[in-house]
Amino acid sequence: MGLKRQREDDEEGDGADDLMTQLQQHLRHNLTLWGSTHEAGEKLLSLYRSEAQHLEELMTRTLTLGESNSAMVLAPRGTGKSALLDTVLKKLERTGSLCEGFVVRLSGLLQTDDRHALREITSQLRLETATANKVFGSFAENLSFLLESLRFGSKESSKPVLFILEEFDLFCHHRNQTLLYNLFDVAQSAQAPICVLGLTCRLDVIELLEKRVKSRFSHRHIHLFPPDAFDPHYLATFTHLLTLPPDTLPHKDFAERWNSDVASLVEDIEVRRVLKRIHTTTKDVRTLKAILLVCVSGLSGENERVDAKRLTKAHTLLSGDSKTKLLHGLSFLQLTLIIAMSHLTHTYDGEPYNFEMVLHEYLKFSRRHSHTRPLPRPVVFKAFDQLKGLELIRAVEGNTRGTQREYRLYHLLVTSEQLSTALGTIQALPTDLQQWAVSAI
Amino acid sequence: MEVAVQDISDGIPCRREQIQLLVHLLGQGTCALPSSLFVYGPSGCGKTLVTLAVLKRLDIITAHINCIEAYTPRIMFETVLNQLSGTVLSSSNGYTSYASCDNLGDFVKHIKDIGRNRGMPRIAVVVEHSERLRDQDANIMPVLCRLQELTCSTNIVVIFLSSIPVDKFRASTGFMEPIVVHFPQYYKNEVMEILVKLKPEKYSEEFFKNYINLVLSVFYVATKDLPELKHQVQLNFQTYCEPIEKGEAAEGDMRQLWRNIEPHLRKAMNSVYLREVSSDQYERMQKLTEKNEPDHLLSNMSHNAKMELPFYSKFLLIAAYLASYNPARTDRRFFMKYHGKQRKTQAMIKAKERSSNQLVGPKPFPLDRLLAIFYSIVDDRVTPTANIFSQISTLVTLRLLTQIGGDDQLDSPKYKCVVSLDFIRTIARGFAVGVAARVVVSLFEEATGITPRSVGLTFGGLYSLDNEKPIATTG
Repeated sequence: MGLKRQREDDEEGDGADDLMTQLQQHLRHNLTLWGSTHEAGEKLLSLYRSEAQHLEELMTRTLTLGESNSAMVLAPRGTGKSALLDTVLKKLERTGSLCEGFVVRLSGLLQTDDRHALREITSQLRLETATANKVFGSFAENLSFLLESLRFGSKESSKPVLFILEEFDLFCHHRNQTLLYNLFDVAQSAQAPICVLGLTCRLDVIELLEKRVKSRFSHRHIHLFPPDAFDPHYLATFTHLLTLPPDTLPHKDFAERWNSDVASLVEDIEVRRVLKRIHTTTKDVRTLKAILLVCVSGLSGENERVDAKRLTKAHTLLSGDSKTKLLHGLSFLQLTLIIAMSHLTHTYDGEPYNFEMVLHEYLKFSRRHSHTRPLPRPVVFKAFDQLKGLELIRAVEGNTRGTQREYRLYHLLVTSEQLSTALGTIQALPTDLQQWAVSAI
Repeated sequence: MEVAVQDISDGIPCRREQIQLLVHLLGQGTCALPSSLFVYGPSGCGKTLVTLAVLKRLDIITAHINCIEAYTPRIMFETVLNQLSGTVLSSSNGYTSYASCDNLGDFVKHIKDIGRNRGMPRIAVVVEHSERLRDQDANIMPVLCRLQELTCSTNIVVIFLSSIPVDKFRASTGFMEPIVVHFPQYYKNEVMEILVKLKPEKYSEEFFKNYINLVLSVFYVATKDLPELKHQVQLNFQTYCEPIEKGEAAEGDMRQLWRNIEPHLRKAMNSVYLREVSSDQYERMQKLTEKNEPDHLLSNMSHNAKMELPFYSKFLLIAAYLASYNPARTDRRFFMKYHGKQRKTQAMIKAKERSSNQLVGPKPFPLDRLLAIFYSIVDDRVTPTANIFSQISTLVTLRLLTQIGGDDQLDSPKYKCVVSLDFIRTIARGFAVGVAARVVVSLFEEATGITPRSVGLTFGGLYSLDNEKPIATTG
């Protein structure tokens, strides 16, 4: 019944809703955290022109001339390695050279073992039936069989294969680095035309390779350095993410109005301030995309726009201090215990303490402000245990079998600044608690 | 979209802001889902309820797993695949899952297949108690965050629910930041608004609100947890309405009702709140107090019913407690009949305050010391037979003492007493007064700082144990 009602409501506000849904669809497509839209791809190609050319050249030579190559693409997280590679592959597909070969994509996160990797290669090359009844003695035998099977009847050599290894540094942790050794071996000795491309965020990944593997690698590094400057690059990215490409919406004037609004948004001082704040924290474009998604998804009416207020709100929503928020949710007893522990940390200069000491402080406090009876000891212990479950306190490592639970030592993981910020904003905090908190912090 | 928000908020009060944020982020129709969301907040504040309600309303196919139940990767993957493909384990298909899958590569492949077979719908995977994922393989969390990327173009979102914030999850490489949604704890007026809905038919809302206020005045200091408060409200309402049922008081008689319910609430705090009795046992206890049954039936139901130990074992246990908590140099003073006076200096008092043994914990002691103290507190002559020694071993088996240092030290084993002062008091109370006084007073002095003089070395010393008078270290 709920479904039927929903459909009726959707049919009602069709005109305005239609516009908004289309707008949302395009913007969300822009703001996906992975991959790239066509326009974003073009932008990447223009930003990393020489590197893209290098990659394209390597791949073309394998596909058309049958040369074997290997290379490594190195860049910090979120710079666009996978996106750039995808764009180059799409370009090759358009020019038609990609159909002459195969692309095998492996990921260090998914293929945690060389056997899994080999199975994945077999299935991506669609050779499951060919290998179904065979038993292989070694990895090298298996791999060479796979590459052999790609030979045509009359042609001299087999079809070229592009191996793309994402999260390359995780492959280095496999046993004996068998997969890497064999792939680089085939590439170097040109037994079959393959191109091995490794993508990784660890800039020192060469150190992880074994000596024999390192010697077979061609040491071709392609570095992608993200541009440093806030203005114009980061602002340009911001504008680009929010701009609607031409000819996407049937309502042309709406699209133009939207784009001009976005262009003027960048000039706003408040907006610049928030963006600068984000930029100093991290240059990873995914953070910006997440904040923009929160802004954009909240738009409902036709005339609503992203403005400085929305942006600030999204920013505070996504980057507030989570410990302070956690402290807001604690009961008054638990807050008392945390204040007691913060006093103890201060008095004893960072030494750990156990539950009995915290209880002692709590009883001293409730004796001084005697209008409330202190809660019984097991209730206080339950509150203490819940704090441990929330990971606001952490037990000191050591022999815990011999000691009773009340005597195990703990450290407090909340700083006094976080505590005072949290206490300042909690509703209905008893005044004696507030005063006690302030008295020694 | 606002219609959807309104619908869901009508069913779930006091969570409108979070519902709105979730509905906006997930979007309606067929639009692209975000890669991953992270929903965190204290337990019992509606995370699972709201997430599942929103996903249902937006017609997103959901797989819901709990990381406490799915403790290995295989169970997790197979449960998710079963739920997404609609496979129900039954006798007709021989209780086989959709696919046998124990690694991430296969998992990702199957999800791609399911997406394709069902016509590329919007899919969500809800992972509850996701803090447990940190203890599993290092690559499970990163893969789940990037599931949309790795299954290339399946419209799938992974929603993590947890009570611990996302800062503690960034241990391994490859973690992609999810969008964080915080569920704050309910405010007091919101708790009231939700609990009022539990009102039974017979009574007025005003009356029930007063009752809730009373319960909150006792319990709100200790816990703000909504399920806990709801449980207490439901459990104690029968007792609260008793005077009205019996005709002793009217609905408006606040003081009478408060006087009736207050001891019950305090008892509930000490028993049901701590889960030392189940709510079933608690209700039976309430019925017994109504009928004024004898006390022993009540105390038998409590989990903390005292252990019955043999006569000498009790003395051994008390001797062990004294040995653990009193330092060896004070033995002479307490347990020998004629000893010199010892002036307490200011330095000694300060030292005691700072490292009082009650705070630091029990210390290990050798067997000889235990026996020495034992002989001095037992009045009649005791011969050191194997009976006594076997009772010490029994105490170790019962986990009232622990043995330090292993079994290889046969000639001088060391022990430590691991029971609390309350337990010792319960045991000491069972003795005849003459015996207990000396034990108890010496026990108490080092522990709390009362000297024999301030208490009076008489049977008054025994009774001072029960009144928790404010204690000051005297000189």
